[in-house]
Amino acid sequence: MTWMPMDTWIVVTGALCAAACALPGCFLVLRKMSMMGDAISHAVLPGLAIAFLATGSRASATMFIGAAVVGLLTAVFTQWVSRFGNVDRGAAMGIVFTTLFALGLLLIVRAADKVDLDAGCVLYGNIEWTPLDTVETPWGMAPRAALVLGGVLAVNTALILLLFKEFRIAAFDPELATASGIHAGFMHYLLMMMVAVTTVASFEAVGSIIVIAMLVVPATTAWLLTDRLGVMLGLSVVFGTLSAFLGHVAAILVPPWFGFTSANTSGMMATVAGLMFAGVWGGQLLGRGRRRS
Amino acid sequence: MRRWVWVALPLLWMAASAGPVHAPSGGEGTGVSLKEVFGVEWPGWRAFGEVVMLKKHNTRVVVLSTCWLGVSAGLVGSFLLLRKRSLMSDTLSHACLPGIGLAFLLATAAGMEGKSLPLLLLGATVSGTLGVGWVMAIRNTSRIKDDAAMGIVLSVFFGLGVVMLSLAQQVGGSAAGLESFIYGKTASIVDQDYAILKWVAVSVMGVALLLQKEFTLICFDEAFARSQGWPVHALDLMLLLLVTGVTVAGLQAVGLILIIAYMIIPAASARFWTHRSRVMLVLAAVIGGISGWLGASVSALIPGLPAGALIVLVSGTVFLFSMVFGSARGVLKQSLAHRRLRRKVGRQHLLRAVYELREEGRASRRDPVVNGPVAVEALLAKRSWTRTKLMRLIRRARREDLTEKVTPERLQLSESGFGEAARHTRNHRLWELYLIRFADVAPRHVDRDADRVEHVLGSDLVRKLEEELDEVRRERPLPESPHALGDPERGGA
Repeated sequence: MTWMPMDTWIVVTGALCAAACALPGCFLVLRKMSMMGDAISHAVLPGLAIAFLATGSRASATMFIGAAVVGLLTAVFTQWVSRFGNVDRGAAMGIVFTTLFALGLLLIVRAADKVDLDAGCVLYGNIEWTPLDTVETPWGMAPRAALVLGGVLAVNTALILLLFKEFRIAAFDPELATASGIHAGFMHYLLMMMVAVTTVASFEAVGSIIVIAMLVVPATTAWLLTDRLGVMLGLSVVFGTLSAFLGHVAAILVPPWFGFTSANTSGMMATVAGLMFAGVWGGQLLGRGRRRS
Repeated sequence: MRRWVWVALPLLWMAASAGPVHAPSGGEGTGVSLKEVFGVEWPGWRAFGEVVMLKKHNTRVVVLSTCWLGVSAGLVGSFLLLRKRSLMSDTLSHACLPGIGLAFLLATAAGMEGKSLPLLLLGATVSGTLGVGWVMAIRNTSRIKDDAAMGIVLSVFFGLGVVMLSLAQQVGGSAAGLESFIYGKTASIVDQDYAILKWVAVSVMGVALLLQKEFTLICFDEAFARSQGWPVHALDLMLLLLVTGVTVAGLQAVGLILIIAYMIIPAASARFWTHRSRVMLVLAAVIGGISGWLGASVSALIPGLPAGALIVLVSGTVFLFSMVFGSARGVLKQSLAHRRLRRKVGRQHLLRAVYELREEGRASRRDPVVNGPVAVEALLAKRSWTRTKLMRLIRRARREDLTEKVTPERLQLSESGFGEAARHTRNHRLWELYLIRFADVAPRHVDRDADRVEHVLGSDLVRKLEEELDEVRRERPLPESPHALGDPERGGA
């Protein structure tokens, strides 16, 4: 096996995506809304389809806006169903996102006659092909997906650094946040907006189900290791980046042992992230067991 | 009887508004709008009749399958919803994927037919159970909450599944079609699938109905169930096993993403119509069955529309309707009840304020309180209400014949209004005395506490209070206020 420039770009793209997801993911985990990433990433399908049907093109900008709007709507609808209908929050989420997803499937069937847009390409993504789609930058050619994800990561980092105090209070104690003049509802929807935008931006790169992995798994792994929010954010980024790198390596290295050529990289990244979580969790279990005996 | 009005009225309204639109169309009329929206032709009422009456064998198999699936998922989903574990089915269905891939790979390596359905379903069951077991283990052994544990297992198992599928594709062309487990291939259900589905559905429903009492118990009061010696963990496991059965059986029909909708939506819709768990079970099963039947029928009529999505949209519509019009917890019902309560509270505040003003205006404390005019200005100072709100309350009281002789400056209660005011003030005082005597609340603070409770004192409770406070029995008509009235420091509460 040889390591080519392409592989570097795949790892960089994956790492950027993982880091961009891990930051808002920490707050999702702390606010007990981990499944929101799952919900939003499925629910944006009608947004993509409507944006396409309205403009007739696969231009990134319109699809991006459509998906981000529907992503935010998912959060709003979930809030409505659970508050006005008095439905359990998890169930409300499940109702909203499956209905929206079903609507998206129907619309996509309608759109599919004209363009290569199917649910599969949204859900899987194709990180192996991202290095082929490059754009010119002052520093040389770079994959478009890497640039987009780099931008999202920069925005997420800037937002969290700027509003660190507000996010922290809103995450741990919404009532206190409201009492001290921070609009907890606004922070909630800002977070949802971040998740929606990050999810949509990552579609092309790694596929939505892997976005859910990167939103939840590195953040939870970090949370097992620390009680400090700053450390948790840093650790989650490290875990995300590591699983992107190791995931790609594993996708190339492991399958040949069993006689296959290679495996799906984004799937492997999620698997490796899960293995890392299992390692930390299992280690703590063992440690606790030993201390007790 | 009134409860059924809530069901019947919307249904009547629907029937009335639907009738004239569809009747003259004769099959061609509605085609235009359908074509505009989805780009498909409406095939006409004859074809519709054929599908609905299940005349063709293929359609019959598909429609009956989704119907069975809907009924059993609605039943099991109700318990999941009541147990607040709805999203567990999402995790479970995603966790099935690596099992399917691995079963295919192993079977092919062993030289067997990789796509044998029982083998794939066995793999799905095993990995789904493992996934759910891992969620439970994470939750029980660390500080990680339910949601994060489910998110982790869901995404990691699905990632692993994608890896397995990508490997399976390298084995040869025979792996094509494994993806149908993700999105479902309702239209291609064959007799064998139907047989499995029906068998699973029937046995799941049987177990669920047999254990209905036990499941309900752990759903509503887990601690009580445990203290009574019920094996809560075993019951939980049993419930998840049933969920696994329905999920695995339904995977091929509707796909692993939408199967969760089957579990949640009918149950959540049924919850709006009833407070009784048995009624809810039946309703959820019926809603699930009807959604499956309708969705699959429409999909059979209009080629190209995926049945799984249509079924979910049908049940989503049922949910929206139930959420608004539901007779037990519907939004409309709740907001009406809320408004009624608000009005009652406002009325009682007004009456008591008038009574207390009359009481203060007496020459001596021994005089009886009699009906008479009070100034609106004095009323305004009595509570923290705005002039607009006060005027609205007075107008409403006038309409309910509680007042007479209303001018912009003065008002006087009617005979019945004054009686009501006295009765209500008495309730307020009784509760105040009770709080002072038994809850050690200081007399200066008691007014505000009583203000919240007085509106919901039933006649039983009032009788009980009278018994407890024996001096009240001696001065039967109305006890004196235990605190100074009209104290401006209290904000007139």
